[in-house]
This record gives sequence, C-alpha cells and structure tokens, in this order.
Amino acid sequence: MSGPILAGALLALPGLGAAQELRRYDVTGDAIAKSLTGAPGDPARGRTTLLNRQSTCILCHNGPFPEEKFQGDLAPNLAGSGSRWSEGQLRLRLVDASRLNEATIMPSYYRVDDLHRVGPAWRGKPILSAEQIEDIVAYLVTLRE
Amino acid sequence: MRLAGLIALSALLAVDAAGAEIPQAERRSGYSFMAPDTRAMQDDDTTNPGMLWVLDGEKLWARRTGVTNKACADCHQDARASMKGVAAHYPAYDKALGRPVDLEQRINLCRTDQQQATPLPYESRELLALTAFVAQQSRGAAIEPGSDPQLAPFVAKGRELFMQRQGQLNLGCTNCHDENWDKRLAGSAITQGHPTGYPLYRLEWQSLGSLQRRLRACMTGIRAQAYDYGAPELVELELYLMSRAKGMRLEAPAIRP
Ligand code: HEC
Ligand code: HEC
Repeated sequence: MSGPILAGALLALPGLGAAQELRRYDVTGDAIAKSLTGAPGDPARGRTTLLNRQSTCILCHNGPFPEEKFQGDLAPNLAGSGSRWSEGQLRLRLVDASRLNEATIMPSYYRVDDLHRVGPAWRGKPILSAEQIEDIVAYLVTLRE
Repeated sequence: MRLAGLIALSALLAVDAAGAEIPQAERRSGYSFMAPDTRAMQDDDTTNPGMLWVLDGEKLWARRTGVTNKACADCHQDARASMKGVAAHYPAYDKALGRPVDLEQRINLCRTDQQQATPLPYESRELLALTAFVAQQSRGAAIEPGSDPQLAPFVAKGRELFMQRQGQLNLGCTNCHDENWDKRLAGSAITQGHPTGYPLYRLEWQSLGSLQRRLRACMTGIRAQAYDYGAPELVELELYLMSRAKGMRLEAPAIRP
C-alpha cells in the first residue's frame, strides 16, 4: 500500500437516528499520521479506557496492568507497544487492524461498514469514539521497554 | 478471468484451512476445562443442581394435560427405555415440516399434536425440565448426528453460520472455538464450544439453560443481533455443533461456570 488513501468517508447510515458520522482520516503506508480529533489524547484517561471491559481490549490482550486479575491471552502482550510501533501505526491498528491483516481477529474500533448483523444497540456506531482512540494511542505510546 | 477465479478459489481454501474442524481425537468437552470442584459438582447427582429439573421433568412426563388429556408416558411409557439415546441424534429431520427440529421443538410438537396443549416457551421451567429429563436418558451415549440425507443442506448452513463473522466485534464462532480454544478470553477458558451438556446449569445464570440460550449469549457477546429462540438459524447451528461433536459423550444436565 503506498500513497495516501482516503478512507472512512461519511458513513452515517440512512434511517438510523443513532448513526454516528465517522471523521475522515488519511492512511499513509501502515499508519494514520494525524490525530483523528486534531488534538493529542490523554494517556492517563487512555489507560482507564483501555482497561474498561466495555472497550474489550483486555478480553484478548494482557499487559503491564498488575491490578487486573482477568486478562486475555488471545493476542500479544501490550507491554512495549510504544517501542515496536509509532503513534501513527498504533492509530491505524486501533482504527482498522483488518487493513494490515485481513484475517486478524482484532476488531476494527473505528469502522461501521462491512459488518454483519450488528445488534441494534451498537448498529451504526464505532466501538470506540475518536477521542477514546486518541487517548488509548497516547497511552500505548508510553509503553516502552 | 482465469486468474481472478484462481485467486477467489485460493482465498476460499485459505478460509477453509483456518476453519478446519477439530480432529476427533482432540475433541474435548467444556467439562475438561473446568476447575476440579466444578467437575465434582457435575459428577455427583446429589450436588448437581440440574437434577432438580430432571426430577421436575420426570413428574411432568407422567402428568396428563391438553385437550386429549394424555401424558408423555401414555404414548412413550418408561422414558428410561423409550428415550434412551434419543437426545444423541437431535436436532432430527421432521418430514412434515421439511426441516430439522431440536429436542425442545420435538417436545412441543408432541404437546401441540398429541396432547393438544399449548407449546411451552424456550427457557420456561417446564420445557427445561422435560428436556433435561429426556436428555438425561442419553447420558454417556455417543453423539450420532442423524444420517437422513435431507439434513445435509441444513448442516451446511449451520457450518456457514459458524464461520461467518458477525456483530460489532466482527468475530465468527470459529475464531474462538476452532482457532483459540486453548486460550483465555479475559478470565474464561475458551472451550471448543461443544453441545454435549445441554440443557445445563450455568453458575453464572444460576439456572438451567438451553443450548439456544448459550448460542444467543455468544452472539450478544460479539455484539451481534441474536436470532430469536426457535429460529431456523439457531437449529442449524445446533445441528452443525452436533455433527462437529460426533462421537463425544452426552453429559446432560452438565454444569458450566
Ligand atoms: C478479539 C481479540 C482482540 C481484541 C478485542 C483487541 N485486539 Fe489488539 N490484537 C489482537 C491480535 C490477534 C493482534 C496480533 C496482530 C494481528 O492479528 O493483526 C493484535 C495486535 C495489537 C497490537 C499490536 C501488538 C504488537 O505489538 O504486535 C496493539 C497495539 C493492539 N492490538 C491494541 C489493542 C487495543 C488497544 C485494543 C482495544 C481497543 C485491542 N487491541 C483489542 C487481538 C485483539
Ligand atoms: C470471542 C469469543 C467467542 C466467540 C466469537 C463465540 N464464543 Fe462461544 N464461548 C466463548 C466462551 C469464552 C465460552 C465459555 C463460557 C463458559 O462456559 O465459561 C463459550 C461457550 C460456548 C458454548 C458452550 C460450550 C459448553 O461446554 O457448554 C457453545 C456451544 C458456544 N460457545 C458456541 C458458539 C457459537 C455457535 C458461536 C457463534 C455464534 C460462538 N460460540 C461464538 C467464546 C466465544
């Protein structure tokens, strides 16, 4: 993949009041260089959001979260994420990991199209908001080893 | 054109390899993933809460009801003989309906057709009790999916549903139960997803529950719209799960965390 690709056009679904418009973002190579919100996220808030069950991250992942008894092991340990990946690479992984690996089981956190039988409570909404994603990215960047 | 066809074919094959069935020798019941004290609870009928439903079911088996005022026992006599092994090959093909029915639906067909009584809703105490009583007569029996060739397209549809990604989390049953069954999802062991124990007592539910209840819970877990109780899709999934568990022993009423 080379050159900027325009993605995430205006994805409001017709007839769904709850549908949320996703912000546009540009993918360059394997990264989204710019913040989805135009502002940097808050790492402390990002840590809290990442550990919240509703965000679903630690259903699959584990990491340097000694206070969390129940963490998954379906996915790589998040320790050192910030050493392995740049901020922009982490952002694309959260927004739409399936762009990098079509067979991945990691959900796309900022995508509402190409999904099948989404339950009514979640339909038309991304799993996380742009703000939540920026907070988590800001936190992951600090996980260095 | 040729090339495109080849690419499409190899993509299909890749999907197939990923969703490969668990070989017979490696099939493991959810029982084997449980802590020793939970296993002990299932093994001993005096501590297995599922037996309360079985006892209720035994009473209902003999109770006359409906317009015809008949009991199950009036047609089937002693369930210990007549129902032995029956649950091991459900869902079964129903000729009149032209589709497979699960054990709950079979019981309800007897109610409406033979007893002329109202059908019992899924997860009602009575239907769970009757199902548990009938299923218990097959404890230890090897799962032997029906050999009726008319079942084949329904098994295939169930398999398709099992492979299909769905919900906001965009996961298929196969992603967890074929590809990751030796791992943990947060605190829970991901099992191979076998239907050997149903209806079963789930500690989290504090109740007995049907296989359909379990399937709906997994669907809601991936934030998909769960099919309604009794929907053909759920029966097709049940059917595929039984074919996928061929040869495994029934253990109803089981316990799960
Ligand atoms: C259903 C499972 C699942 C969930 C939920 C999940 N991930 Fe992942 N994640 C994976 C898998 C599997 C990989 C490995 C790479 C791949 O498959 O593409 C991965 C890779 C990653 C990586 C790169 C890891 C590395 O260093 O190689 C990061 C960072 C990450 N995930 C963060 C998150 C965050 C943050 C969340 C929640 C917002 C999350 N993941 C939710 C399955 C999951
Ligand atoms: C994200 C992972 C995940 C997905 C996807 C998933 N399941 Fe499950 N499933 C689980 C976990 C974890 C359990 C075990 C819960 C327990 O008993 O503690 C389970 C339990 C089950 C069981 C019960 C097994 C037993 O021993 O009683 C069945 C059957 C099942 N799943 C079928 C399905 C089907 C069919 C689908 C798709 C519609 C599906 N699952 C999707 C994680 C998943």
